[in-house]
Amino acid sequence: MLSYTLRRLLGAIPTLFLIITIAFFIMRLTPGGPFDRERPIPPEIEKNLLAAYDLDKPLLVQYFKYMGDILQGDFGPSFKIHDFSVAELIAINLPASIKLGGYALVLAVLIGIPLGSIAALRQNSWIDYTVMGVAMTGIAVPNFVIAPILTLVLGVYLGLLPVGTWGGGSLRNLVLPTIALALPQIAFIARLMRGSMVEVLRSNYIRTARAKGLTERIVLSRHAVKAALLPVVSYLGPAAAGLMTGSVVIETIFGIPGIGRYFVSSALNRDYTLVMGVVITYGAAVILFNLLVDLVYGFLDPKVRYD
Amino acid sequence: MAVITQHGQIPDLEETQGRSLWQDAARRLRRNRASVASMIILATIALLAVFGPLLSPHPYDELAWDAMGVAPDFERSFWFGTDTLGRDLFVRTMYGARVSLMVGIIATFVSLLIGVAYGAIAGFVGGRVDAVMMRTVDILYSLPFLFFVILLMVIFGRNLFLIFVAIGAIQWLTMARIVRGQTLSLKRKEFIEAAHAAGVSPMTIIRRHIAPNVIGPVIVYATLTVPEVMLTESFLSFLGLGVQEPLTSWGALISDGVKNMETRPWMLLFPAAFLAVTLFCLNFIGDGLRDALDPKDR
Amino acid sequence: MAAQGNGQTPVLAVSHLETVFATPEGEVKAVNDVSFSVNAGEAVGVVGESGSGKSQIFMSVMGILATNGQARGSVKFKGTELLDLERSELNRIRGVRMCMIFQDPMTSLNPYLTVSRQMTEVLTTHKGMSTADARKASIALLDRVQIPEAARRIDMYPHEFSGGMRQRVMIAMALLCQPELLIADEPTTALDVTVQAQILELVSGLRRDFNMALVLITHDMGVIAGMCERVMVMYAGRVVEAAPVSQVFHSPQHPYTVGLLRSMPRLDETAHGRLATIAGQPPNLQRLPAGCSFRDRCDRRIEVCAQEVPPLRPITPERSKACHLQAL
Repeated sequence: MLSYTLRRLLGAIPTLFLIITIAFFIMRLTPGGPFDRERPIPPEIEKNLLAAYDLDKPLLVQYFKYMGDILQGDFGPSFKIHDFSVAELIAINLPASIKLGGYALVLAVLIGIPLGSIAALRQNSWIDYTVMGVAMTGIAVPNFVIAPILTLVLGVYLGLLPVGTWGGGSLRNLVLPTIALALPQIAFIARLMRGSMVEVLRSNYIRTARAKGLTERIVLSRHAVKAALLPVVSYLGPAAAGLMTGSVVIETIFGIPGIGRYFVSSALNRDYTLVMGVVITYGAAVILFNLLVDLVYGFLDPKVRYD
Repeated sequence: MAVITQHGQIPDLEETQGRSLWQDAARRLRRNRASVASMIILATIALLAVFGPLLSPHPYDELAWDAMGVAPDFERSFWFGTDTLGRDLFVRTMYGARVSLMVGIIATFVSLLIGVAYGAIAGFVGGRVDAVMMRTVDILYSLPFLFFVILLMVIFGRNLFLIFVAIGAIQWLTMARIVRGQTLSLKRKEFIEAAHAAGVSPMTIIRRHIAPNVIGPVIVYATLTVPEVMLTESFLSFLGLGVQEPLTSWGALISDGVKNMETRPWMLLFPAAFLAVTLFCLNFIGDGLRDALDPKDR
Repeated sequence: MAAQGNGQTPVLAVSHLETVFATPEGEVKAVNDVSFSVNAGEAVGVVGESGSGKSQIFMSVMGILATNGQARGSVKFKGTELLDLERSELNRIRGVRMCMIFQDPMTSLNPYLTVSRQMTEVLTTHKGMSTADARKASIALLDRVQIPEAARRIDMYPHEFSGGMRQRVMIAMALLCQPELLIADEPTTALDVTVQAQILELVSGLRRDFNMALVLITHDMGVIAGMCERVMVMYAGRVVEAAPVSQVFHSPQHPYTVGLLRSMPRLDETAHGRLATIAGQPPNLQRLPAGCSFRDRCDRRIEVCAQEVPPLRPITPERSKACHLQAL
């Protein structure tokens, strides 16, 4: 297991490398630069600006310089957010996203999986339709609608929870954004689990388990759950990566100091270095979570064995 | 004992109408009430999108200075009320339907084209080509694509056509994976080997054996992609990157509606309801198709 | 079918069992008014084509019908009515006193659990054994069914066993509690011919050792010949003939049975031309013809066959048949 993990991590390096390269060239090859403004800047100032950030050198030179810097941990300064280097920006804001994303993930798993299982057990009953119907709402209503509604209802009208501030990340302040972030995931996981469970319950080995006189509870918890979880685990990899790297909508609406907002703002502002920093972070997250998912998969499914 | 036919003649049997996979699936789909209801509702919405504006006396971009932000008012035919600029919400919702539905369908179609072609080639050719193609997909997956869409939007402007292509270009990855998976597993099945052994040409094999079997999951996934696309479009509108004024989409209407949620709830209610219902219906239909086309489901 | 009268309650007494499935195309009666009994220590064969209802009878008995299935009538295990029995009560009988093994051991064993887990849970649940004791007992039984290196293999997963070994594992698993009745649903159909013989011999021996009643469901008359004392022939959900095995082979009394026997290729015949078959196809259970279900394929049919369903009537104290013909 350990050697497999190491091999995967080593294999991740060329992947990350490719990701960075692709992103770099896409960014640089798109028209428009970070200093374009409504009113054109006098040419000498523009020349100096470009030179200061090495933007006047040929593209390939810039590329190699960038890669070299990265290897030393220097992601460059942000072009638009002055006085901060990209590394600093990410380091400061990533924890908030991870915290929020982590809570949302846990909540989604804790609610989604049992919900989906119950619906599968009572397939085609009113419980099934209710659960799946409610789950659909999480998927059919955009989160920038759900979040404000939740805020209004729970925060303003019922006055239960604080609204719109990070509050240093205290638990009370986290409740609303966590719920808003988790809802679509709960919906998706519940649906996925239900489908998977329904299929597992039709298997011959479940029939055997029942024929052995085991209680329904054991048939489900010991025989069915493991198999049913597999597709959900596969889904959770990319989902976790997305959650951990922050959601623009949630962070904007709830004022969370995470890196999600940088995804959009850096693209809109053509802040090259920040864009790259964000892309690398996301890429690393995806690689990491895919590895974790594969490890868990190997744990659940005996036919998959890594050595 | 004349019960046994010594010469193996198979006597005429009562013709049991053979049912092709499609007829079977169509029957099962028809029986799924949620799917049927969804199709009817969706058809209604589509009809409204096309003909709805004809029902109302108001054009979609006319500003009514004396009716800015009013609640639904039947006397003046503002059935859904007006927005803050005095534009009739009913008509705008219908126009929004056109845009949203078009984006959904066309972007999905784009992703279908790319994804199916890519996945089929990878699956069919196999070997190193497949390995390289799939590795590429893996790497592309690790890029925050939405973000590149935003980039494209920023650079090339908020062109409707570009939106179709850009969103479609994000979605093709999963489609490619599905098609490739199906093609691979089909390639190994015995009936393909049999056809091959009987001398059937590869093109015919693809046409007659592989394509029909791959189409099933493709249709299901395509139906389930449309809602994702529509949500992506609404997200872009929320960021201010959707269609340009005075054109509108449900996403744009909803974004405005959220801003005015407390004082003018109808601005959020109607477009959000339409979007939600449409997405519900698409999901039900997608689920129904999946159940209908899965031959194991018995 | 008349039970060997010796006063003892039969292990299994099925009376007018009807099993119906609700399908989109209408109701399908997979089991149509079936009655029989199995006595202690007896080996009974149930033979028929796919779709004859032979497996569904015992799915109904064990309470493991698909969700759209419903069983009516009476099924008694040593006097206790099983249909409509509380699940907790049923779980005290199935898996411990009455066990079933299935056709395809690859899909019938849980691929995600070790063999050890799947076996010990039977003993810990039903006999309250400790895991350690259960493990010892399981290994002993695996030895008994001739799994080599049982103590090591028990911790493996089903996919690490060969087909024949998997079936042995299933058999061992079913015998852990020394049940009074073992129902074997086509246990050898999915296996190689050579392995088939081994498995059947194994089951035979174990049956004698444990003094178990055995129900052997199969489509192969040859298997019945070597294993069973009595046989029940099924067609389209009904019993068409029931008799001691030797008598059935010697003088079958139903045209379908005759057809089955004739269609078995035999080693002592020289090969000539085509294999004998029964003309026609099994009927569509959703649209059964009026009268005898077999009449369309029967060359001996008479007028009444199209009008009345022949009831299962005893012709001797040990034999019964469902046919309008007086004699063949």
